[in-house]
This record gives sequence, structure tokens and C-alpha cells, in this order.
Amino acid sequence: MKITLKLFATLGVYLPTHATGNVVELDVPEGTTPDEVIDRLDVPGDLVHLVLLNGVYLDKNQRSSRVLKPGDAVAIWPPVAGG
Amino acid sequence: MAWAKKILRVNLSEGSVKSEPLNMEWAQQYLGQRGLASKYLVEEIDPKCDPLGPDNKLIFTTGPLTGTMASTGGRYSVVTKGPLTGAIACSNSGGYLGAELKMAGWDMIIFEGRSPEPVYLYISNDKAELMSADGIWGKSVWAADKIIRAKHQDPQIRIACVGRSAEAGCFYSAIINDLHRAAGRSGVGTVMASKNVKAVVCRGTQGVGNIKDPMAFMKATEEGKKVLRENAVTGAGLPQFGTQVLMNVINETGALPTRNMQEVQFKGASKISGEAMHEPRKSDGKPNLTTNAACFGCTIACGRISTIDKTHFSVENKPQYWGNSGGLEYEAAWALGAATGVDDLDALTYANFVCNEDGLDPITFGATVGAAMELYEKGAITKQDTGGIKFKFGKAEVLTKAVELVAAGEGFGKDLGLGSKRLCEKYGHPELSMSVKGQEFPAYDPRGIQGMGLAYATSNRGACHLRGYTVASEVLGIPEKTDPLVTEGKAGLVKAFQDATAAFDSAGICLFTSFAWSLDDVAPQIDAACEGGWSTEKLLELGERVWNMEKEFNLEAGFTKADDNLPPRLISEAAGSGPAEGKVNELDKMLPEYYAARGWDEQGVPTADTRQRLGLS
Ligand code: SF4
Repeated sequence: MKITLKLFATLGVYLPTHATGNVVELDVPEGTTPDEVIDRLDVPGDLVHLVLLNGVYLDKNQRSSRVLKPGDAVAIWPPVAGG
Repeated sequence: MAWAKKILRVNLSEGSVKSEPLNMEWAQQYLGQRGLASKYLVEEIDPKCDPLGPDNKLIFTTGPLTGTMASTGGRYSVVTKGPLTGAIACSNSGGYLGAELKMAGWDMIIFEGRSPEPVYLYISNDKAELMSADGIWGKSVWAADKIIRAKHQDPQIRIACVGRSAEAGCFYSAIINDLHRAAGRSGVGTVMASKNVKAVVCRGTQGVGNIKDPMAFMKATEEGKKVLRENAVTGAGLPQFGTQVLMNVINETGALPTRNMQEVQFKGASKISGEAMHEPRKSDGKPNLTTNAACFGCTIACGRISTIDKTHFSVENKPQYWGNSGGLEYEAAWALGAATGVDDLDALTYANFVCNEDGLDPITFGATVGAAMELYEKGAITKQDTGGIKFKFGKAEVLTKAVELVAAGEGFGKDLGLGSKRLCEKYGHPELSMSVKGQEFPAYDPRGIQGMGLAYATSNRGACHLRGYTVASEVLGIPEKTDPLVTEGKAGLVKAFQDATAAFDSAGICLFTSFAWSLDDVAPQIDAACEGGWSTEKLLELGERVWNMEKEFNLEAGFTKADDNLPPRLISEAAGSGPAEGKVNELDKMLPEYYAARGWDEQGVPTADTRQRLGLS
């Protein structure tokens, strides 16, 4: 199934080369969790700080337990803030 | 103690300057900067006075840590009654002027009255004098800065200046120091120009030597710096991407107010984001962002220094804009971009440069352009009103023309200089002004971040993100994650953020330290510098006292519960996309809880018990 992955700020370097901007569409097996997507792209765990699934925050437990659905968008940031 | 214990009182009507001792009893209750200067303002002016009349006062104020070795200890604030809002105003700025003022030996400058002729204040340590502003009045901040430097022949002077917009009476003019740092909001620059004061020029060589316990202070400030260094946000995130990293975060969260808050997500967000500022341009291969930069004594360095593509339409044949200058911060990029639907990064950067060049608050400016675009869309204003400009959402040329007109106070720029509230009232659609107490919202839609709705509605200086930044908790999880879509617990959260922020703002340090520091990190630094036993508890109480004092000023100025409100759009038109789809802001649920948490009555008035507990006489 296809999902969208967005890696922002310093995580952009972990995107596959065919990504445009900070976004890439990925083909993943049914039953994949956000953590498995993160592993697949070798994003270091300690840089994964803010994870949004379709814009909604996922805490650490949900990242390994939530099963992705076709068309889901996962967006990830290292520790960032502003204001 | 780190206070200089001296105030410079400038009576502009008489043309006199005199030194007076700082009220140390008040310093124990209000610490410095926002708290202490607000105390002076509250004691010295009639809250009902005309903000642009001679009875208003304008206070430049430092905090006890300003000019010291504490990280980010370079802040100053400008406190006055704001013309945009009619409420108490306090605008905080970084750069180098605040530290210079302190090192010249002054805690505060209080301007009163009105000068018969345009003047500027020149301070060199103990000496202060009013000088004629002939030759700089009528000039932009950048032009005046050059002339002043040439005249004084001292490369080390620091300058805070107002631009042509303030002289023309734009209601949201800023005071710009060090060319691109701003005491930005509520029209503090307009007040300065109304007093016929063009600039404050300062040179201080005395240092800040009177620290209570220098050894303990060195230790406490070093520990504070270590915390900032080791924290991933203040040690890496902010220096690399600045505040602009939020553009994509808030857009994904579905809380990026777009096209005058008609929508909550902006298709062009990624094009104007912090990430986009790092992308090499096609024309010259250089990115928009040149480097980051720091204010005085800051070990975070979140500032942005940018260039505009020389071939971009906004700067064609205008070499004065080809060099490096202060680049986009998140709030400015949002207001100039998403609020107007413009996704051209260089056009936004140009508009930002002009806001600095002529002293405009980019938040209110951008939001007002957004409101004008909606008025145009609805047919409430036409090309006849705009001087022939088709004021359409998304048009970069409209944005860049608009900023030039407001900067110079010309044509439709005069209308835009009213701010969105007065503009929308003038053209018969008050409901289209996205503001609270007359001040425009910053970059967070309260339908997608519920706590921010309460923070905006209750902010003492009108809609503002820097009075209670619950985004930190609701979106970023600092210090703890809360759900942005629920109202439960938000009254207490908003109060906690508001009180802590008032303490940070009274110390002389930057609020951005609070992404890593709690008041437990701040208290030892203040306590080592200042007499009075400054514990976390004392700081929190100080914050609450300051908040209540500001609130009482506003009540006396004529504000009521009806002003603790949001525009109808945000409480009746649901968000159309993203996680908040179908939601409005539920302010009515949060406001009564908030008043109760504050110890205020149902009308939002502090009770006698609350006043007594906080020592408010
Ligand atoms: S964190 Fe940014 S705004 Fe604050 S003092 Fe440092 S450079 Fe200035």
C-alpha cells in the first residue's frame, strides 16, 4: 500500500533521492507501523522527536503500535521549536 | 544587585533630562523590564489617556540580567499605552541596544510630554542630551542610522529608531534597533514618533559590575548555558532552522491561519518554510538564508540573516536590498505569506526588509493586508479605494506594493496603516478583522490549538503569542504534551504560561530560553545577581502580580469582559481541513474556568482577595 512520508528540518537528508521537497511516497506492506517506516529509512531514533500521523501527534507507544492505513501521511521532525 | 539603580527621565515638553534613583521597593516586587516599567506606567499615567497624546509616557526598560553574562541577557522592552489597542503595551527586543543602555548605567528611560521639535536622545554613559533630529526626521530607519553614525563618528554606538511609517501615524509602527531587531507590536513606534522622538542613540562603557555574588553568578549562568547547549531545541534546532521551522509543523497540525483565517492550511507553506530558506536558488545557486545570528550574549542564536535573489522583481534595480539583512522569522513569514496567500519566499523577504527599514510590525501589517484582500474579494473595497491595485489573495506584487505604501504612509497605505480593526470598520465589515482588542493574531489558528484561543482572548496587550505560548505544550510537547483539540485543562495551562512568561520578561532574558529553561533554571541566576531571595516561587508570584496589574490597567482604560473575546469567525465558522476539521474554538468553555483559576470574578475583575494576596494596592 502507498503512504506519504515527510521528513523535515535536518531529517531531510534521510529521504530517498527521488523525494521532492521534504515529501516522498512509499510502498509499504500492510500492517506497517510508523516506527518500521522510520527504521526502513535509517533515521536515527534519537532524532525522531515530533511524529504526526495525518497531522495528529503520536506518542512513543503509538509509533510502534499504530498500524498505518493506505493514504496515511506520516510527518517527522527532530527536536524543534519556535515562536 | 544587577540593577543600575538609575532612571533617566526625559521631559520632552521642557526639553530636560534628569537622573533619578530607581524605586528599589518596587524592584523587589516587580523585578525589572516588563514588570517594573509597567508599574511605573500604571502609577504615572491615566489609563484613559490618549495613547498618542502628550499624557502618555514611553518607557525603554532593561531587566536586572540585561547586559550581564547570563545567556540572552541583552533584552529590553518598550512599555507604553498602545495606540493600536488602547491597552497596556510592552514590546520586547533583542539585538544590542538593551545591553548598551545598561552598560551606560541606566535601568530605564522614561519619556514624558511631547517635544515641540523632532529630536533624538543621545546617551554616553552618565551624559544624556536631546539633539535636533533635523536631517533624520522624514528618513527611514536605515537612512537615519547611517546619518547618525556619520555624525557621531563612533562605530560602537547602538541606535533604536522609528521610520517614516511612525511619523505618518501608522498605528502599528515598531521601534527598530540594530537595523533589524524590533520592539514590534502594538504601535510602540507610533507613540515614539507622536512625541517627536526619532531615535535613541546610546554608548555605554561601564559594564554591569554590581552583581550581588559574582562567583555564584558565574556558576549559575554557566549552568544555565550548559542546559541551553545540551537541549536539542536551543542547542541545535533553533540555531539551524530558526523559528521558521514551525511553518510546516503548524501547517501539518492544521492550525496555520490562511487567507485572513478563512482556512487553516496553506498549500504554499512548504515554499515559505525554514526548509525552503535553506534551498539553493535556481538563479544564483545561493539559498535565501546566509547564516544565523545572535543577540547580545545569546548562546542560542536563532536569528536569520538572508538575501533576496537580485533578479527577483521586488529588488530589480534596487541594489540597496541586495545585501544581507534580517530574514524571516516564523510569525513574519506567516503574516506576510499564509495570511495573504502569497507563497513567494523572496517577496516575503523583501516585505520583511521593508518592515525593518521603515519600522513596521510585520504581523499586524501582513494580517491587515490579508483583511484588505478579503474586503476586496467581497467587493467592500474596490480599485478606487486601493489606488488601482487589484487587492487579490496570493499576489506577491500586491504585498510588495502594499508594504512600500505603508512604509511611506502614502495612498492606500494610509488605510492599511490603520490596522485591520479600523480598516474593516471603515469599510463596513468589522467581523473581518482577525484581532483581539484591536491587535492581530499571530500564526496559530485557535480552532486547531484550543488553548491559544484562550491565550489570545485574555492577552493583556491584545492577540499575541508571546503572552502565553501554549503551542509549546499543545503542539511541541514542551514541557509536557497536551491535546490541542480539547479544552480541558487549558485554563490552568494558559495561566501557568502567562505567569511564567511575565517573569521571564521582567528579567532581561529572552523568552526562547524557556524551551529549555524552567523558572528553576532562571531563579538561581537572578538570585545570584540581585538581592531579595529570588526563588522560583517568588518569580511565579511576581509573574502573577504583573499579569493582574496589567489587567487592572486595561479595566481602568475601559476594557470589559466583552473584550476577552475572539472574532466571530473563530467561534462559529468551523475549520475546513486537517485534524481540527469541523471544529471551532470553544472559548466559552474555557473563559469562566480561566477567570476562576485567576481568582477573578465572573466579569473578569480581580477579587479583593486576589489583589491582597498579590500585594496590589
Ligand atoms: S534566542 Fe534568538 S531572539 Fe532570543 S536572544 Fe537569542 S538570537 Fe535573540
